[in-house]
Amino acid sequence: MNAPAKIETTLKDWETDQEVRWCPGCGDYAILKAVQRTLPKLGADPANTVFVSGIGCSSRFPYYVESYGFHTIHGRAPAIATGVKLANPDLDVWIVTGDGDGMSIGGNHTMHILRRNLNCQILLFNNEIYGLTKGQASPTSRLGTRSPTTPAGSYDRPAKACAFAIGAGARFVARGFDVSKKLPEVLEAAYRHQGAAFVEIYQNCIVYNKDVFDGFAAPKGAEDHQLWLEDGEPMLFANGTKGITLDRDTLQLAIVDVVDGDWQSAGVIVHNVKNRSIAHMLVEIPFPEFPKALGVLYDDPRPSFEGEVAEEKARLSEGKEPNLAALLGKGQSWTVNDDEGHPA
Amino acid sequence: MATAATTPKDGNSAAPEAVVVRFAGDSGDGMQLTGGQFTLSTALAGNDLATFPDFPAEIRAPQGTLFGVSAFQINFGSREISTAGDAPDVLVAMNPAALKTNLPALKPGGLVIVDEGEFGKRNLDKAKYEVNPLEDDTLAKYDVLRLDISARTIEAVKPFGLGNKDALRSKNMWTLGLALWMFDRDRKPIHDWLKAKFKTKPEIAEANIAALDAGHAYGETAELAGPLRQVHVDPVPTAPGLYRTLTGAEGIALGLVAGARLLRLPMFFGGYPITPASAILHHLVRMKEFNVTTFQAEDEIAAICAAIGASYAGSLGVTSSSGPGIALKTEAIGLGIMTELPLVIVNSQRGGPSTGLPTKTEQSDLYQAVYGRNGDAPMPVIAARSPADAFECAIEACRIAVQYMTPVMLLTDGYIANAAEPWKVPDPEAFERFPAEFLTEANGPDGQLLPYKRDEKGARPWIKPGTPGLMHRIGGIEKAVDTGHIDYSPRNHQAMTDARKDKIEGIRVRDQQVSVGTKGGKLAVVGWGSTYGPIHQAVNRSRRKGLDVSHIHLRHIWPLPANLEELLKSYDNVLVPEMNTGQLKTLLRDQYLIDATPLTKTSGQPFQIAELEAAIAKYFDGVAGNEGGQVAVNDEQLPSPIAEND
Repeated sequence: MNAPAKIETTLKDWETDQEVRWCPGCGDYAILKAVQRTLPKLGADPANTVFVSGIGCSSRFPYYVESYGFHTIHGRAPAIATGVKLANPDLDVWIVTGDGDGMSIGGNHTMHILRRNLNCQILLFNNEIYGLTKGQASPTSRLGTRSPTTPAGSYDRPAKACAFAIGAGARFVARGFDVSKKLPEVLEAAYRHQGAAFVEIYQNCIVYNKDVFDGFAAPKGAEDHQLWLEDGEPMLFANGTKGITLDRDTLQLAIVDVVDGDWQSAGVIVHNVKNRSIAHMLVEIPFPEFPKALGVLYDDPRPSFEGEVAEEKARLSEGKEPNLAALLGKGQSWTVNDDEGHPA
Repeated sequence: MATAATTPKDGNSAAPEAVVVRFAGDSGDGMQLTGGQFTLSTALAGNDLATFPDFPAEIRAPQGTLFGVSAFQINFGSREISTAGDAPDVLVAMNPAALKTNLPALKPGGLVIVDEGEFGKRNLDKAKYEVNPLEDDTLAKYDVLRLDISARTIEAVKPFGLGNKDALRSKNMWTLGLALWMFDRDRKPIHDWLKAKFKTKPEIAEANIAALDAGHAYGETAELAGPLRQVHVDPVPTAPGLYRTLTGAEGIALGLVAGARLLRLPMFFGGYPITPASAILHHLVRMKEFNVTTFQAEDEIAAICAAIGASYAGSLGVTSSSGPGIALKTEAIGLGIMTELPLVIVNSQRGGPSTGLPTKTEQSDLYQAVYGRNGDAPMPVIAARSPADAFECAIEACRIAVQYMTPVMLLTDGYIANAAEPWKVPDPEAFERFPAEFLTEANGPDGQLLPYKRDEKGARPWIKPGTPGLMHRIGGIEKAVDTGHIDYSPRNHQAMTDARKDKIEGIRVRDQQVSVGTKGGKLAVVGWGSTYGPIHQAVNRSRRKGLDVSHIHLRHIWPLPANLEELLKSYDNVLVPEMNTGQLKTLLRDQYLIDATPLTKTSGQPFQIAELEAAIAKYFDGVAGNEGGQVAVNDEQLPSPIAEND
């Protein structure tokens, strides 16, 4: 977020004339629609919006959004977006990346854009697989994932995208999944956040990693497996019959039963998006022992990078004339006079 | 230099044309500062000059050791000077280690000034001298002035009540004072500089001035007794105007700022620390009032990617590195070529491969610059030959990048980056302006936007995000002609590959001139980059001997100047000296099918004039088959590898 000017648009205004080339049934379609549905609500201006992506299925995204778009190289979208935003801080910058792009080859850039806190939205589509290269295990693949490169099952431990983000210093961490009706709300919150907003979006790869998120994303039993977090609201799930509490002996989150809606006496925690300690725990709780923590896990803004860059530039330039002739002649200089004693 | 200079020892009334002085001491002795101030006084005296600072790779080397020696060499004269000099006429050695590492290069009969106060057993041991070189015949070939500079400095600064340790910090000023006397220089500018430098510590300023004056006074009184003579080097007749000393890193930084101003663009510089390129970023962070944004990225890749992002958003994107960092940037350079965005990439070359010789000079990245990318990825390459030339080359790189919508690589090297030369400060008003233009409305039929529609130069329009109505998508995937949509079709890839190639090959660069000599003849010596100085001098000297040899020095490595083929074919022989294994030679042979002969040197040291003169002479001695080849490693040449091998 971003420019104050509000523009009236509809979903149609954000669609391009390009044929969408994801596999039929891919979760990316749903995410694309969610984004195109959200942008008009934000009053975003297509001319002032830039989608920057890396490489992978997710990174085709910019071609399908009627705005400015830059499909870059593998893992480097955050670095390119940093240059875009520093050069023109008025632009709304969205980064679209995937688990291979953002957590593996581009992990370094993901870390640094978060710690610097560049004002942008980072959408990491996590399908726990390399789709575009035909199905190899990715850094977020679960242990035992069978793939062309791990025929006997993967044995390197998966990275946790949101834990990585908060560890890198992110000031906004949220989660959603492709077909979730609440995804636009999460995107909207990300956009409203001043600074780097990291959103992990679980995305179903219909071909190479089908339905791996069904444990929580399937409509059936969703209420038992999804913990939607709302700032100021108790952490309840299973239609309010269960909640999350802090076990004061182990300093870990625990599940408690809530009887007759009396969550207070059950000790259920009220979600505070500014509580970094709880956020650290929420990104670590295991599934299926716990429900999947979704929504805005953490949101506590700090000054953004491009603002600090601009502020420093203004401060260092203050009272200085950009006089090129003076600059060129600075330093160890001397004057050679002509025969009459005058400089040329 | 060696042959042309008259040593101070000769001290007769005839003024020498050129003198090479080398200040060498421990890293903590302040030799770079001494050299810098001596350079200023030389410039003020109106001499032409070239300098080369030669400091160890170690940040804080142990005191007194061979690898902790730091030296500063200056060549100055009453005629044009274009190298820091082959062999010193005067060596100032502040300790045994400095004497040991630098003495081999001193010209026979040269003057060596030593601080004998530092020649105790401990320092002799550290320098691996078994016998004190002041007491055997080590210095027999030279004139020697031995004096206890340490004791004299302590004596001179006594009135200021400093402890011995602090007092000894002024040793370099005592030495500078003596050097100022030797060459008949005015002390006042140095006094002023010391007062300004120690504005908040006036007692330190006064102590240093006292040491400087004492060194100067010593020269006056010692002249009659010893080998010391005062020498006056006449000023070079110079055009009137404002001058300054300029290093290559300064030249690049100023040229980039000037280039961006001439384009009327903000500049975005993305960098990552690497030797010897970091100095460019250090200079630019202090020029923010010129609408310069600097960004120290997390790695080389992010540095160039951020610069590409900034160019996409309408700034002039610039990045800089050295060979290993350029290797990391290579994929992103390809993206810049594919998306046809302006970008300037500065490569301050160093010895390679891999980490190689970070603090030594080489020009072995020409293949990397011209050929080193996946796919057919043509890119203009420009090479600077000196610090002053680096300024002009940087402006040229900015112009080509924007006018042709392309990344441009600007090659410099460690020698140019650190070396300094006098520079007549140009008047920016006189520069040709080339303001950048952005597309502001649709450029196709029926209001259609064509992001890859080319102008007569083959360049596509530059379209800034934020421009209403011109939303479009670009990326690294092959683009359709005109529309820029994704298009893998055979006909389209052929057309776009051709378009990218034709655009770069069609870049108009000025015709190649002959630097020294004539068009046509027996031999052309063709160089590029920092070999300019030694080739220039060697060809001049050879011509004075009557040899039919000319010097051609290329700025434009890719595309080559349109007249170069015809020019090169006008000579019987073409000799290509390079600090690599023959990279420009390959390019010239490939482009023109000419028998370009390599003369290569890959010892991490610049060419010596004498080496080039010898190679040229072989073309005129009637002996077939001994042209070119490889210059033998010269252990006596400075910067000396001896210290590091020990």
